[in-house]
Amino acid sequence: MENQLPVDDAAIYIKNMIQSLLSVNKIRAKMTLMEASTAYQPIEVVEKVIVPSLEQIGEGWTMDKVSLSQVYMSGKICTEILHDIMPQNHTIRKKQLRIAIATLEDFHTLGKQIVKSFLHSSGYEVVDYGNGRSAGDLVSLTIKDKIEVLLISVLMLPSALKVKEVRRKMRENQAAITIVVGGAPFNFDDKLYEEVEADYAGRTVSDAINIIRSIENSRGL
Amino acid sequence: MMSMTPMQRILTTLGHKEPDRVPVFLLFTMHGAKELGMSVKEYFSRAENVAEGQVRVCRKFSNDCVYGFFYAPIEIEAWGGEVIFRDDGPPNSGMPFIKKFEDIRRLVPPEVGQSKCLLKALDAQRMMKEKVRDDIPIIGTVMSPFSIPVMQMGFDKYIELIYEHKELFEHLMRINEDFCVQWANAQLDAGCTAVCYFDPVSSTTIIDKELYLKTGHNIAKRTLSKIKGPTATHFAAGRCYSIIEDVMQTGTSVIGVSVLEDIEKIKNDCKGRTTVMGNLNGIEMKRWTQEDTTRIVKDIIAKAGKGGGFILSDNHGEIPFQVPDDVLHTIVDAAHEWGRYPLQWLK
Ligand code: B12
Repeated sequence: MENQLPVDDAAIYIKNMIQSLLSVNKIRAKMTLMEASTAYQPIEVVEKVIVPSLEQIGEGWTMDKVSLSQVYMSGKICTEILHDIMPQNHTIRKKQLRIAIATLEDFHTLGKQIVKSFLHSSGYEVVDYGNGRSAGDLVSLTIKDKIEVLLISVLMLPSALKVKEVRRKMRENQAAITIVVGGAPFNFDDKLYEEVEADYAGRTVSDAINIIRSIENSRGL
Repeated sequence: MMSMTPMQRILTTLGHKEPDRVPVFLLFTMHGAKELGMSVKEYFSRAENVAEGQVRVCRKFSNDCVYGFFYAPIEIEAWGGEVIFRDDGPPNSGMPFIKKFEDIRRLVPPEVGQSKCLLKALDAQRMMKEKVRDDIPIIGTVMSPFSIPVMQMGFDKYIELIYEHKELFEHLMRINEDFCVQWANAQLDAGCTAVCYFDPVSSTTIIDKELYLKTGHNIAKRTLSKIKGPTATHFAAGRCYSIIEDVMQTGTSVIGVSVLEDIEKIKNDCKGRTTVMGNLNGIEMKRWTQEDTTRIVKDIIAKAGKGGGFILSDNHGEIPFQVPDDVLHTIVDAAHEWGRYPLQWLK
């Protein structure tokens, strides 16, 4: 184990961070992270404070303990603070999968925005293919950019069903890209992701972080 | 017991008494288009199509209401916004028309009497009323003043408005309340029996209780008190258990319950006071077998049916386009068989 503060200190930062984020108090959240950065390296601030805080907030939403507006504001505040306290162009993770995100034949952007801000705040870089993309568009873009993990967020059921077309077109192009889906329809039917042949489904925004980690682990990254 | 008309059945259940059987609201929006062999866009382009299609699906499935709902973004169309149609699902709102927070100050609500799309919907409701008279209730719908801004300005900007621009938020609510009341009352005048007030942003899925009490709750109290007919509050599959007492205080007659909730607990809290409607999972429904369907219908009736004050329905207020007729027939058959009052099979 590298040199670190006692676990309890990280626990205090996490507690303060969660309280600040849920009460939408950016100033307090920023103070907490600034304090943490005097004790930790940037990657440690992310791994030991931000990631666990966001995970607990994301998880809280699935249990009706945290609301979506709090989830959204937490992601937004973290992204803004990180921008303020991290040196410009500083890459937190030296090595990472090539990740992209999009909404598929759907104009609802909030899910994508939240997932993106949670991933950014956790140090991941994500290419954003925007909204309302067709299956064909997404497949050409991911192949051209050599994307390894494609995150798809949808809100409408017919849009969710289009994921199957993305998979079919990928197969036709022999592209082995991991598809991770999320958004309301997948939460109302836990078999839907299998039906549309996605590899993973996330129930809540922080699942994006956990799923990417487990893909990284499975690839020995 | 003699068989009742749907209207008698609904009035009895709303009075917290047991009618002849559990009433069923299959809330169709697009199945009428299928029935008439039309695309969704063509269907909603004429009042005659919608009146004919909605009444036909109502009769086909012995439904206990005719749904007078077009689609949520029809209100956005009335405000001058964009609606995007697709063939395999409901239309969605396009680019938000409130681009900057300051635009809110210049916003003028549409006049229902001047709006082509709303007049078309009112015409359709009038025709529905001519077809079914007082036998079957016709349900109108409004988006709540608190929920419609998601389509007016985008969800992200709206959340920021609520937290960070309180004065402009209040201003927008007053404008939206005026429009909502006007639109709801026009539907009642056109022949709707009741108005469904869609308010999912008030759900604890979207905002916490503390914020709800400061916002959506007061807005609903003010708005519902000005609507001149019975209202049902629907959270469109969002959760509401922890705010149930507060929702009842808004004066609503019915609450639409999500499949994410325990309908038994909600029914117990609402017993004798507010009718509970729900909570079939519309998204999952398209792949239900006959056994699944019957089991699920029985389970909901067992949890919430006793004593009336209950309407069997999907949990969102709309049956997805993909749900096949077989499943819908099975829901109705199961409700007719297992929902016959008194629910003796439960003893
Ligand atoms: C609030 C709400 C409304 C509001 C605002 C909607 C909006 N965003 O524009 C209003 C009243 C306007 C509305 C209207 C409609 N709605 Co609505 N609504 C909801 C509700 C309650 C929440 C939707 C929402 O925006 N949530 C916010 C997003 C960000 O949440 P989320 O997608 O769940 O995302 C979370 C996770 O899933 C995860 N996540 C998201 N993406 C991803 C991606 C990855 C990779 C990962 C890992 C995780 C992840 O992170 C997020 C945070 O934890 C849902 C039901 C519900 N309980 O969810 C129905 C729901 C979305 N509505 C639905 C429908 C159909 C409609 C209408 C089309 C109805 C109609 N016929 O007009 C209209 C269309 C509106 C429009 N925009 O044009 C359906 C859609 C499914 C379907 N049947 O096709 C839903 C799911 C209800 C249901 N159970 O059927 N609605």
